[in-house]
Amino acid sequence: MSFVRRNLVLLLGLLVLVYMYIPNVIVALMSFNDSSHARNLYRFQSFTWDNWLHPCRPDGMCAAVGKSVEIGLLATLVATVLGTLAAFALVRHRFHGRGSMNIVLFLPMASPEIVMGSSLLALFVATGFGGRLGFWTILIAHVMFCLSFVVITVRSRLAGLDANLEQAAMDLYATEFQTFWRVTFPLVFPGILGAALLAFSLSFDDFIITNLNAGQTVTFPMFVWGAAQRGVPMQVNVVGTVMFLIAIAVVVSGEVLSRRRAKGLVA
Amino acid sequence: MVALTPETDPTPDAVAGGPRQRRKLTGYWLILPTAVWLGLFFVVPFYSLLATSLFDPDGSVLTGYDVTYHFANFGHALSEYWQPMVRSLWYAALATAFCLVLGYVLAYAIAFRAGRWKNLMLVLVVAPFFTSFLIRTLSWKLILGDNGWVVDALQTVHILGSDNRLLATPIAVVAGLTYNFLPFMVLPLYASLEKIDGRLIEAASDLYASPSRAFFKVTWPLSLPGVVGGTLLTFIPATGDFINASLLGSPNQRMVGNVIQDLFTTTGDYARAGALSVILMLIILVLVLFYIRKAGTEELL
Repeated sequence: MSFVRRNLVLLLGLLVLVYMYIPNVIVALMSFNDSSHARNLYRFQSFTWDNWLHPCRPDGMCAAVGKSVEIGLLATLVATVLGTLAAFALVRHRFHGRGSMNIVLFLPMASPEIVMGSSLLALFVATGFGGRLGFWTILIAHVMFCLSFVVITVRSRLAGLDANLEQAAMDLYATEFQTFWRVTFPLVFPGILGAALLAFSLSFDDFIITNLNAGQTVTFPMFVWGAAQRGVPMQVNVVGTVMFLIAIAVVVSGEVLSRRRAKGLVA
Repeated sequence: MVALTPETDPTPDAVAGGPRQRRKLTGYWLILPTAVWLGLFFVVPFYSLLATSLFDPDGSVLTGYDVTYHFANFGHALSEYWQPMVRSLWYAALATAFCLVLGYVLAYAIAFRAGRWKNLMLVLVVAPFFTSFLIRTLSWKLILGDNGWVVDALQTVHILGSDNRLLATPIAVVAGLTYNFLPFMVLPLYASLEKIDGRLIEAASDLYASPSRAFFKVTWPLSLPGVVGGTLLTFIPATGDFINASLLGSPNQRMVGNVIQDLFTTTGDYARAGALSVILMLIILVLVLFYIRKAGTEELL
């Protein structure tokens, strides 16, 4: 009993964490659900490997996943490059309009998606792109809302950097170019990687803004939304589980790599 | 090209960016792409939205719209849709309150009690995010379903009558919102709890403060920046959300996001949808400014 009392806060915290994982467990479970002759799709019927063996059976699902990955990778690339440059500007350089830039960067994170999505739609319609909504308009929107998160993530990493390391490189006659690529960049890299991962997940997951600006293009969340009206195919749960596992793998390998590197530095 | 030139400059003070003149420009070049992108696709669209909200309501996608400064759009939108608007604010406020309680416990546990598991627990907070949130929200449909164990359990202990359900009620929608936005609360809370010097809390207990007194006099006030940040990051997106209301609620739980989405995509009534979007943004802006001012003064005390 005294153990419980001493660790009450930790136990409660773990309970909250468990609560956050209930849906993920359900999703993983349902990916093994045989729904072939089920009336109620929101119930576990019987076990099957079928969904995992034939993930692309539902019409259009894998195409939608492909589209989301394509948009996600492109948006991540653009947002990460632009956002990293901006983060360097904000931490390392002085320029006019810095204050308003900070506000403009903060606002996308603090605006309801429905407002951002409808504003963009209003812009596209006003400029005559209303009939040409699709891949490119989605990409523009995704880069827009990913940028702030990239800047914030890279900036915090950059701000926490020990400037003495760079000074030391310079003292040892490294040029600025060498210093940047051999000292600064490797140190900031985990932050950039984290930002890219975050950007990809935001892009892959977005529904509200995408739906308003997608035209006829169907991304994976839009497929799920459309399917939800009739009853979601169980393969959707397979995709959800795979995404989760990939993300965990990336995070864990990143952690292992940085630990190894940290050891190398100490040794 | 200006951005690249300082690299050829080997002087030591180039760590900070080389000769002053070039250094000044480098900052502008680095920030430029982001500034342009956000300007074109985040700031300018607000003007488009404002213009849309002043469209002649008789126009259509086919015949085109004219900006007729039809301010009546706002009145119409508000008188017709004030219910979903109020409901959105109310649900979002409830969800934010629940998130604050749950999130504080979790963030506190990670910051002060997790020891060497701190990083792992932080990763665990973010990890569920990688399963699409639509899929996760759909799985709440299963958990809260009419024959699910949650409903069964609540019926057994007579909290829920035998005919009552959870799905398609405000409870389900608020529960969904709470679940979906919890990480947005936990991370800012953790960030500000983590910075608190543990010795301050020790000092409080050395001076005979009870644990709860120490918490309310030391920990809580010092964590206020995180509380303000977290509540904003939870409340604002929750107000505009329509996924939870659509999937877990019924038409009786329609939120303002549902209305705007339908007006834009199904009805094609751009003028009214635009007006409603602008109203939503303005309400949120006023609430946020009021809240920050309020919280800010408290912090000073």
